[in-house]
Amino acid sequence: MADSIQMNVTRYDPDQDSAPTVARYEVPLRKDWAILDGLNYIKDHVDGSLSYRWSCRMGICGSCGMNIDGEPKLTCAAFLSDYAPGPIRVEPLSNFPVARDLVVDIGDFMEKLPRVKPWIVRDDVTVIDGEYLQTPEELEEYKQFSNCINCMLCYAACPIYGLEPDFIGPAAIALAERYDLDSRDRGQRERLDILIEKEGVWGCTFVGECTKVCPKHVDPAGAIQRYKLKAAQENVMAFLLPRGTR
Amino acid sequence: MSAPTTYRQPVSRLWWLKKRTYFLFVMRELSSVFVAWFAVFLMIMVVAIGRGEASYQSFLSWAASPIVVVVNIVALAFLVLHTVTWFALTPQAMVVRGPGGRWVPRIKEVSVAGRRVPAATVVRVGGRVPAGMVIASQYAGLIVVSAFVVWLVLR
Amino acid sequence: MTKRHLEPLLWLLFSGGGVMAAVFLPILVVLFGLAIPLGWVQPDYNHLHAVVSHWLTRLVLLGLFVVMLFHAAHRFRFTLYDGLQLRGFATPIAVLCYGAALVGSLAALVIVLTV
Repeated sequence: MADSIQMNVTRYDPDQDSAPTVARYEVPLRKDWAILDGLNYIKDHVDGSLSYRWSCRMGICGSCGMNIDGEPKLTCAAFLSDYAPGPIRVEPLSNFPVARDLVVDIGDFMEKLPRVKPWIVRDDVTVIDGEYLQTPEELEEYKQFSNCINCMLCYAACPIYGLEPDFIGPAAIALAERYDLDSRDRGQRERLDILIEKEGVWGCTFVGECTKVCPKHVDPAGAIQRYKLKAAQENVMAFLLPRGTR
Repeated sequence: MSAPTTYRQPVSRLWWLKKRTYFLFVMRELSSVFVAWFAVFLMIMVVAIGRGEASYQSFLSWAASPIVVVVNIVALAFLVLHTVTWFALTPQAMVVRGPGGRWVPRIKEVSVAGRRVPAATVVRVGGRVPAGMVIASQYAGLIVVSAFVVWLVLR
Repeated sequence: MTKRHLEPLLWLLFSGGGVMAAVFLPILVVLFGLAIPLGWVQPDYNHLHAVVSHWLTRLVLLGLFVVMLFHAAHRFRFTLYDGLQLRGFATPIAVLCYGAALVGSLAALVIVLTV
């Protein structure tokens, strides 16, 4: 194995550059180093001005997502040796505005997420009433969708989100489904009113890439299609039932 | 303080050529053209059969012309792609529950005269049929339908 | 109050048509698109006429034609939106796609009623 590998890293300084450029760095190729270790090496030993987000190094904080050779990845979970002999293309996540170097602005998602009320909607009980009970079987119904770490890889992989920025997007809909399926929740109606609109589930054409890139196996694509069926059923009811009961 | 400037990466018009999976996706979507084509083809055939044997024979000679045969070979490839992808995605798009599932009570909010009120309902939990079984049963359906069509036309 | 939306109904037609096309079309293309025109198999004309004339066949064919045309219209509409980035022309594209499906469906209705 060679003892170093080249990383082609996107650099962008909003105060200096009109468009991103590519900088080439040579980093040690160690078997136990992730892409993130390579970036940390650059920042510590070569160029301290390189900007990128990271925190936990163990695939749970969801902050180190970048496009590696064009594919959205958590850089703490993608290893340098898997890309040998290189060079490795390290770019900011696609479909988001680039703030600096490898840092993207996810403000759009942060604005969209609360629209689907990703929490247990319940106004008939207080904390004093005690805990909500749930069987393991009921937990199993939504558990998969609760593993989302908001890493934004699904948004970067979704061509529809890139083309139609109003689309509420994979993770937000998967999280809506997570709470809809929760036996303790009563907010399905409110979420449906958001997701049945044009910007909700209908823009999705089931490309399926969101599910493929998800590091936590959440399956947002499945969640969206299931939501379409649910929304369609409710809509048929709205056509069938008399006005007052809708 | 002014808002920081950000750089928006443009989306290429040929974005679907950039990745194999995107390309396959667009091919899958283009199968729609051949679904429409074959619906029209079958409609022409039904009209020809209805008008008598002579018109059926002239339909057959049109359908045997090289251009139509090539179009139908391409159509077959796209329709097989449609069938394979449609069957493969079904278990992801819907939850199929078998005998292992059971009904449990659940409170759901419904709208009555424009107001949200809680209502008691039941939902199915558990007993999810494995994806492989859902896919296999769709192919079983395909075989049964195909055999029936062949029997109906050729008996 | 739930508003009534059109998009979910179009999606239901798309889905129904997708299932029908997946199950019926491969064998129909093999039979009527290739095997019969190329003479691999030669069903008797009178038999075909009898099959097509049966009311149940006509009903099934009408259902197939309608859902398959709307399936194709819906999918092609989104292919134009995304593949060619034509979301700016969303309304005319939708009118053209579903309009064509509607015209085709009416033609199918006339055909099965008059054959």
